[in-house]
Amino acid sequence: MVAARPNLRLILQATMLAVIFPAVGCADEMGTPARQGGLVAKLEYCKTCHGLSGQGYLGYFPMPRLAGQQPEYIEAQLRAFIERRRTNPIMFNVAHVLSPSMLTALATHFRGLNPKPFGGAPRGSIATGKKIYEEGLPEANVPACSACHGMEGKGHHEIPRLAGQLYAYTISQLTGWKKERGQGSAVDTSAIMAPTAHNLTRSQVEAVAAYVSQLQ
Amino acid sequence: MHKARKLEVMKRIGLKIAIMAIVASAAPVWAGDDENPGVRNCTWCHGTSAQGYMVAPRLAGQRAQYIESQLRSFHEHTRDNPFSKQYMWGAVAALGPREARDLAIYFASLVPKAANDGDRDLAARGRTIYLDGIPEANIVSCYACHGPNAEGVRDIPRLGGLAYFYLKGRLEQWGQGYHSGVESPMPLVARHLGPDEIEALASYLSFVK
Ligand code: HEC
Ligand code: HEC
Ligand code: HEC
Repeated sequence: MVAARPNLRLILQATMLAVIFPAVGCADEMGTPARQGGLVAKLEYCKTCHGLSGQGYLGYFPMPRLAGQQPEYIEAQLRAFIERRRTNPIMFNVAHVLSPSMLTALATHFRGLNPKPFGGAPRGSIATGKKIYEEGLPEANVPACSACHGMEGKGHHEIPRLAGQLYAYTISQLTGWKKERGQGSAVDTSAIMAPTAHNLTRSQVEAVAAYVSQLQ
Repeated sequence: MHKARKLEVMKRIGLKIAIMAIVASAAPVWAGDDENPGVRNCTWCHGTSAQGYMVAPRLAGQRAQYIESQLRSFHEHTRDNPFSKQYMWGAVAALGPREARDLAIYFASLVPKAANDGDRDLAARGRTIYLDGIPEANIVSCYACHGPNAEGVRDIPRLGGLAYFYLKGRLEQWGQGYHSGVESPMPLVARHLGPDEIEALASYLSFVK
């Protein structure tokens, strides 16, 4: 599975180009990098829902941890919300007013935060989750998550960090992948995860979500 | 209360207790007893069936976990606005955690009625802010936490149908530096709300069933 990395980089590069190029056309209308005051207020706005130190929050919906997340991943997802490739009742409104420079500044900020995991996942299935995470389920065509997300779950560029992620959020994503991501006709990076999400059973999803939720 | 009416209420409450005994492992023994001094101490101010009265908000249908968290906040004096200080600090001074929990479960089980006392003309704008926020002004969507129908969840309160003046007061008070609990996101939420937004939100929410 380790050998999958170079291939994946190629896939990612090809798809990311397709994603980034249309965005260049609508360059920052303000023409200036985000003003400091604007950035501080916007960060506060994000943290209202994503937790005061970016650790995530359980509202009516689980709101994901952004702390320590890969900036490339955050940026790619904000673009996906704006272009409606990823549909979400809250995030389109949030994202579509962000200028490209603001988007980059926000994404970079969260990388530097390192609060404790949110916690609260059941502990019973963590060992099963660890096994799936590190070895995959060959008989069910599920690759080891660690091959892409890293042994410690820290992610890499467009591959997200999973370490410390809210249990409920990871479950909601893996069980609702096809309904939320990869909408419309453009191919994007979400296609890489689609078969894996599809091949996991509910209890396997819960186990792996519990495992990653407690990684520091 | 008329005798027949009272009998009917007692029957309903009897049923409610039976249901609660199944739902909650520890149903309060006295819950639902109209004449019970524990409940009467509260409905004295919070109105018949705890539907709210004057400045005391409706408790009926509120999330049990939220009620419990607020009773703790009053007890520890963390919820510190003038009415809380004046009325609630004393009301819970002698209330133990077990009683607080039982009262919370009981009030949560009552069916709430909407206050319907906001400005109808502002309700549509209030609904838009509730659902979408105003991202340009850093006003967050309330829906993300309070739910599509303002019904709340766990310790996040139901807002639908609370009284206009109560909602307005709460939203203003966070901006004025009052607290309600530790680590609540609400001071940040309210910081960006202007008077017009507050009136629109409070109006809309007062009509939500
Ligand atoms: C082939 C590489 C690869 C493998 C193997 C892989 N993932 Fe992913 N994963 C990705 C990529 C790429 C994304 C980002 C998708 C996007 O852009 O929408 C992702 C996204 C996710 C997300 C969404 C995270 C978020 O913050 O929204 C979760 C959850 C996830 N993966 C879990 C897993 C689990 C669990 C496994 C193992 C069973 C796994 N992944 C295996 C590449 C992989
Ligand atoms: C003397 C009048 C009075 C009594 C008695 C009283 N309350 Fe209150 N209560 C109030 C007022 C006024 C408020 C509104 C405080 C504010 O404006 O923040 C309130 C607020 C509350 C709240 C917060 C509701 C919310 O939506 O945030 C709860 C919970 C509560 N009371 C429960 C009780 C319980 C349980 C009892 C009985 C043990 C009780 N109250 C007795 C007057 C009273
Ligand atoms: C990130 C989650 C979150 C968001 C977003 C949010 N709230 Fe809240 N809200 C809470 C929590 C948690 C409480 C209970 C703790 C407290 O009172 O501080 C609360 C309490 C309240 C209360 C007090 C209710 C009562 O019974 O006293 C009101 C009013 C309120 N919110 C209105 C709003 C409005 C209006 C918005 C949108 C502009 C909003 N909230 C957005 C989490 C949120």
